[in-house]
Amino acid sequence: MDSVRPEAPHCGAHGATPVGLGRVTTPAEDLLRGLWRENPVLVQLLGLCPTLAVTNSVANSIVMGLATFFVLLGSSVLVSALKRLVPNAVRISTYVLIIATFVTIAEMVLQALVPDIHKALGPFVALIIVNCIILGRQEAFASRQPVGRAALDAIGMGGGFMLALLLMGSLREVLGSGSLLGVSLFGPRYEPWVIFVLPPGGFFTLAFLLLAIAWLGRVRVARAPVRARPAVGAVERAA
Amino acid sequence: MTGDLGWIFFSAMVVNNFTLMLFLGLCPFLGVSGRIDTALRMGAANTFVLVLTAVAVWSLNTFVLAYAPYLRLIAFIIVIASLVQIVEMVVRKLSPVLFRQLGIFLPLITTNCAILGFAIFQTNRAYTFLEGLVFAVGAGAGLTLALALMASIRESIEFADVPDVARGMALVLFIAGSLSLAFMGFAGLLST
Repeated sequence: MDSVRPEAPHCGAHGATPVGLGRVTTPAEDLLRGLWRENPVLVQLLGLCPTLAVTNSVANSIVMGLATFFVLLGSSVLVSALKRLVPNAVRISTYVLIIATFVTIAEMVLQALVPDIHKALGPFVALIIVNCIILGRQEAFASRQPVGRAALDAIGMGGGFMLALLLMGSLREVLGSGSLLGVSLFGPRYEPWVIFVLPPGGFFTLAFLLLAIAWLGRVRVARAPVRARPAVGAVERAA
Repeated sequence: MTGDLGWIFFSAMVVNNFTLMLFLGLCPFLGVSGRIDTALRMGAANTFVLVLTAVAVWSLNTFVLAYAPYLRLIAFIIVIASLVQIVEMVVRKLSPVLFRQLGIFLPLITTNCAILGFAIFQTNRAYTFLEGLVFAVGAGAGLTLALALMASIRESIEFADVPDVARGMALVLFIAGSLSLAFMGFAGLLST
């Protein structure tokens, strides 16, 4: 399984690794692969800083997910539309500029609409600029594909990112505050497991999520037809 | 005055450790922490770029951004990217040996959120030039400390008999969680 890797891919290094290139993909695949099979957080292990930092409540996770989704979609469409005009040598700087522009828009909008959550997210809205998921998608996909495909890919990857944040956010809020979206779940007698809304809880929650995903992968491999097994086993040993 | 500077340093290095308490710069922390010597080199490269960023951000805030605050993020990211590029060229010219050792890490520092996060913190807290420098050294020391701790733990448990499913990222995250738990013990030292 892909998520069992000895080393996390480094942001910049991984951004250059094209995912899903080398073979023809259908539009439906472009849209759907980001949600689960190539989920940017849970499978590709990218964008871990915001995933760990802002997921101490569901509301924060949703706002952060929406902001990243907006930036990814906007920059993918623009990068794809401008791909013939951008010289190869300065392409990364151009992508970063485009991304920074959309992040500035997102930050101003959040500051105006939800000032409390904007404050709780701290520097992490601005840090969407250096989120490797976004730069990675520009380099690996949007800069080589037509606008429509780039938009589908951005929607899938942005949706996958939101899904991961929401998963982390609900687990941490239910365990750490005993509530979901601020609504108390277990009544006043529940003693909240506060560590889960503090920094260590972020690391532990993601660790347990990755464990669960790796275990699910094992179960699936064990159930696969015998003919397919040796190949998968070899891949796992190599990883 | 000196007491303030000491607290800024201590707070950035330990109490509000960038990696373990604020989740900034996780990519190198999780990705390049397999060997202690690479981890130390990465920490040194980061500290160096942080100090340069402190100078650049202070100049930007003082001379340019006072007149155009909406350009803040765009200006920061361009300056950081060019700084890293210049450092890379200077190091290559002056010390080819050091360049070979740091080579792959330098360009990656641009996309390290610790650097941009540092620039934003420094702006929000309105640090003076000297305070900014101390903050940069403290943050760099904190990053190096976290990297070195992680690398030493990973080196010593390399041959431990870990269940197969937990190998790789999940195990690294468990270690990071325990380290973060340990660093929370410092939280009571600062009241703000």
